[in-house]
Amino acid sequence: MGISRRQFLGWLSAAGVGMTTTKTAVAASNKHFDGYPGAFGILHDTTRCIGCRKCEKACNQVNKLPAPEKPFDDLTVLSAPRRTRWDAFTVVNQFPKNGSSQPYFVKDQCNHCLEPACASACFVRALRKVETGAVVYDESLCVGCRYCMIACPFNIPTYEYDKALEPRVVKCTMCHPLIEKRELPGCVADCPKEALSFGPRDQMIKLARQRISKYPDTYIDHIYGEHEMGGTSWLYISSLPFSQIGMREDLGNQAASSYTAGPLAAVPVVVALWPVLLTGIYAISKRKDKIADAERIDAIARTVADANEEMKVKLAEMKAAMTKEKEAAINLEVKRALEEAAKQAAEESKDDQDTGSETSEEEK
Amino acid sequence: MPHETAHENKSMLTPFNLVAGVIILVGLIITVLRFTGGLGAVTNLDDNNPWGIWIGFDLLCGVALAAGGYVTSAACYIFGLKRFHSAVRPAILTAFLGYALVVLALHYDVGRPWRLPYPIFLSPGTTSLLYEVGLCVFLYLTVLFIEYSPAALEWLGLKRIRNIVVRLTLVLTIFGVILSTLHQSSLGALFMIAPSKLHPLWYSSYLPVFFFVSSVFAGLSMVIFEGSLAHRYLHEKMDETHLKESQGVALGFGKAAAFVMMGYVGVKFLGIAIDNNWHYLATGWGLWFLVELVGFVAFPAFLYAIAAREQNLGLIRWAAVITVLGLVLNRFNISLVAFNWHLPSAERYFPSWMEIGISVFIVTVGVVVYRFVCKHMPILYEHPDYH
Repeated sequence: MGISRRQFLGWLSAAGVGMTTTKTAVAASNKHFDGYPGAFGILHDTTRCIGCRKCEKACNQVNKLPAPEKPFDDLTVLSAPRRTRWDAFTVVNQFPKNGSSQPYFVKDQCNHCLEPACASACFVRALRKVETGAVVYDESLCVGCRYCMIACPFNIPTYEYDKALEPRVVKCTMCHPLIEKRELPGCVADCPKEALSFGPRDQMIKLARQRISKYPDTYIDHIYGEHEMGGTSWLYISSLPFSQIGMREDLGNQAASSYTAGPLAAVPVVVALWPVLLTGIYAISKRKDKIADAERIDAIARTVADANEEMKVKLAEMKAAMTKEKEAAINLEVKRALEEAAKQAAEESKDDQDTGSETSEEEK
Repeated sequence: MPHETAHENKSMLTPFNLVAGVIILVGLIITVLRFTGGLGAVTNLDDNNPWGIWIGFDLLCGVALAAGGYVTSAACYIFGLKRFHSAVRPAILTAFLGYALVVLALHYDVGRPWRLPYPIFLSPGTTSLLYEVGLCVFLYLTVLFIEYSPAALEWLGLKRIRNIVVRLTLVLTIFGVILSTLHQSSLGALFMIAPSKLHPLWYSSYLPVFFFVSSVFAGLSMVIFEGSLAHRYLHEKMDETHLKESQGVALGFGKAAAFVMMGYVGVKFLGIAIDNNWHYLATGWGLWFLVELVGFVAFPAFLYAIAAREQNLGLIRWAAVITVLGLVLNRFNISLVAFNWHLPSAERYFPSWMEIGISVFIVTVGVVVYRFVCKHMPILYEHPDYH
């Protein structure tokens, strides 16, 4: 432990120096977050873990959790797979190792993502990533919706289901209060095999690389957590493929927040466009109604006008016909009268001649 | 015209009252257990399965099935389809009750319900889609309350306030459509943060689109479904206009639903194509996916289309029932069945009888209140003073 503490203080100073002198490269994009400068990380060298559960015990004591049913030195609990619980922020699981009777052990706890899914999912900002690298929880804000538990790709946050009034979401704090007091996290301090190393995350990555390159036959050439889910503060190296020791290899390297960025970006678009579009549709439908109304009135007026016109034409035609008929009748009458008159005249003249001679004779 | 019947004199021990009374009594007992023993005492939830049917049914289905409110009012007031006017009030009432009950159900599910205003007023977590859902549901519940209030104000005889509120109709409708678009889609987007937990056939970057589009036809179908129930049990409360228009509403909504559902089937396949998930269709999950999409969306869409063409009201009602069931199936698949599909079956979730009891209790409360309001307030008829 002394060595660890000395090492720890060394890293602290290195981190301090690092923070003051190192120039950070500013990328063109702000989409990738590599963690706060000088933030801490923990390297878990799973090849060194012997499954002694001392880390579990230390965690239990530091966080003042209730005593477990079976004591921590009872290693039979390792035979069944376990996950974190409200009363166990860290658990060691055992996995079979090919061609060896010795099992393989891996410690599980919050990985303290650089861009945590839980913090991104929390609708009341009860979970935060802080400068030390820890993802911390503020009990005074939590509503207890458990969306963080849905969001966490590592299935870490747990919930106090049996508390009626003030249930909390609980998980490993990376011993944030101890780090602030410049002390080591409980599990790291008590690990007897130095399977856990604590220090600035970038140095932990260097340490992991050194080990991998020094013993290429022992280690898989991959640091789990360097990039997974956008990177995590806990880092793992292993001699077995990670998928065989209960760690998912299909999570991808994108931070969880990148999956929800699209739908969140759509919000202002909807808020800006919908009122315009909907008011437009309303205006169009209203105008259509108005035009339809106007057209109806117009059509009625036109029909009436047309009818009047038709009537007029018909009347005129009738009048014309009547006039014609009348004229014809008059003509006929006139003709008849003329004819009659002519006839009469003719008759008269004939009579005249007869009677004329008579009268003339009479006159004579 | 409806009259105040002398039902006060009749016995209260009708079969409906008895069944509803028993359910509400059981619900109240479970409520006491929930708030004294915690979620662990009444639910099967655990650390791997933090969300059960109180989210999968009460929240997701409740909100989607209450979509009839914005769909109907938009059709009538924005798109100017005046022949649907008599369907607006019942739809708004259902939506208002639906959202109120969603919020009530959330009080059971979250750990400290009295903190539900925190995200809105104290510490907004704007990176969270749940924040968006919460804010929109809060605002929309307010909008729905105002939209519904003329019925209550007419009942109470408060003419002046009623007339002021009625003048806000268009603004409220537009506001309602915006808020609904946002939170209906965001309910789907909630699950986008967990690509590693939701089966790829259901996980898609189109989840918000799927949820929004499906809320439209779910809302249309709910209006038809409720209409048929109201015709059976609240017939005497309907006025001539309502009776005359109701068949046109069912046929028109059925036709619209057929189109929207076929479009939905199209985007669902587009979602598979864009992630190239075709090979999953040949698995057991794929079969289940097709049962949901073909059996409970494409099939009722086809029924709607036939029924609308042949003016077959009975078939429209059946199609509505299948569509509503399909919507519930879809929300269950996303939040429960295909969620955590990686986990061994022993670690999967199945609701406890008490969780189901609370969900049934909440639906029953909704039905009882809906019945009361329809019997007393001008919902299915126009108030004679406000023609």
